[in-house]
Amino acid sequence: MSTRTVLHEADISRALTRIAHEILESNRGAENIVLLGIPTRGVTLARRLAALISDIAEVPVAVGALDVTLFRDDLAKHPTRSPRPTEIPAGGIDGKVVVLVDDVLFSGRSIRAALDAIQSIGRPSAVRLAILVDRGHRELPIRPDFVGKNIPSARTERVNVRLIEDDGAEEVTIGA
Amino acid sequence: MRHLLDTHTLDRTTALRILDVAEDMADTQSREVKKLPTLRGKTVVNLFFEDSTRTRISFEAAAKRLSADVINFAAKGSSVSKGESLKDTAQTLEAIGADAVVVRHPASGAPQTLATSGWISAGVVNAGDGTHEHPTQALLDAFTIRKRRFGAESRGRDLAGVRVVIVGDVLHSRVARSNVWLLATLGAEVTLVAPPTLVPQNVSLWPARVVYDLDAALAEGPDAVMMLRIQLERMSAAYFPTEREYSRRWGLDALRVAGLPDGSIVMHPGPMNRGLEISSEAADSARSTVLEQVANGVSVRMAVLYLLLAGERDDERGGDL
Repeated sequence: MSTRTVLHEADISRALTRIAHEILESNRGAENIVLLGIPTRGVTLARRLAALISDIAEVPVAVGALDVTLFRDDLAKHPTRSPRPTEIPAGGIDGKVVVLVDDVLFSGRSIRAALDAIQSIGRPSAVRLAILVDRGHRELPIRPDFVGKNIPSARTERVNVRLIEDDGAEEVTIGA
Repeated sequence: MRHLLDTHTLDRTTALRILDVAEDMADTQSREVKKLPTLRGKTVVNLFFEDSTRTRISFEAAAKRLSADVINFAAKGSSVSKGESLKDTAQTLEAIGADAVVVRHPASGAPQTLATSGWISAGVVNAGDGTHEHPTQALLDAFTIRKRRFGAESRGRDLAGVRVVIVGDVLHSRVARSNVWLLATLGAEVTLVAPPTLVPQNVSLWPARVVYDLDAALAEGPDAVMMLRIQLERMSAAYFPTEREYSRRWGLDALRVAGLPDGSIVMHPGPMNRGLEISSEAADSARSTVLEQVANGVSVRMAVLYLLLAGERDDERGGDL
């Protein structure tokens, strides 16, 4: 089966702009928001969302990276992964609204690990989840608050998000 | 990574991977909750046939921070002959269900035997064997040098061009051996300074320069000065006339420290013989990284245990380091 592009550059940009507005709307402003991206592409998306939100609301938005490798429950099923740096913005996350950002939501296991990782860093007042692509097949009771695009997929298919900063191209593809 | 037995056969990529993972582990140690769930359900056995305080508690802290279960097995004083006792002990550990064995042994090569004998399936970490190697000490020393030099920009960097002087009892020192191999692999220039009686015979094969005059070596302005402990317990003969003479010629005192360029660091693997190889002024000066080395030791050992135990077990079959 061939690979087809389901989101082009303009689609990704529109989806992120909409998510930025939705985050502002549900939070009633940019107050107290901390965006935490899950490496690698979640961090890129979180930075873009932070820039969009601060453009719209005209205030700086805290953004960081949250590595979940050490909190995963499936480490023994894969070759050893190297953790990636975690960067928590200077103000910390205590009492803040943390918006987790990732590229693809699939089984939900990364997000479960992320919730554990957050717990070891502090106690936010709320945790939300923003996702560029929701491809279904959840294995845990986790759902996103902000979704760029729902893409129904077969469990065996591969959904690939490619971003300019990380991959030199900008598209979301699905294929066997 | 299946075992960590030495730094002699450790390649640059693997060494940098351990140091980079150690950076991530160090970051987690400044958090509110330091404990990670990563190695939950794994069992780490500390098998120590020789006295050790800091290495054992460092490995214990590292394993516990990663949520592994730790069993301390102090085998000192065993009356069984070495080969047999090691085999019996190994089989006991296998029966207990050890996933990793951290072993310190007075006989050089004991960890290698444990890893390759087929007695156990656990990963083996050498925590010091005789006068052979002490790989995690060298890794934490390299980590400390890199951290002092590059700070937050340490990840991915090697030690190219860094000049390190290692001073003292090179003959009996497994720390010196592990450091020479690792530092050379990472691109550092190593100079050994020792009394002629404490220089090993085969030193010409090592990737290091040997000089006998400490002041001449320090005059070159090294980036790091690593003092070795005088190992009185391993000395069966008179290697130098008196402790006072040793201290005067090869000890690091306040005057020698003052002559070092800005940014040079003073290292010691501990435990220190204050007043013998290092003076209190030198050990407690701002250049001294002694306590940083201890803290970094936990991060480096967390990284080693993580790389040994976290991934799929048969992904790097037989890939001894």
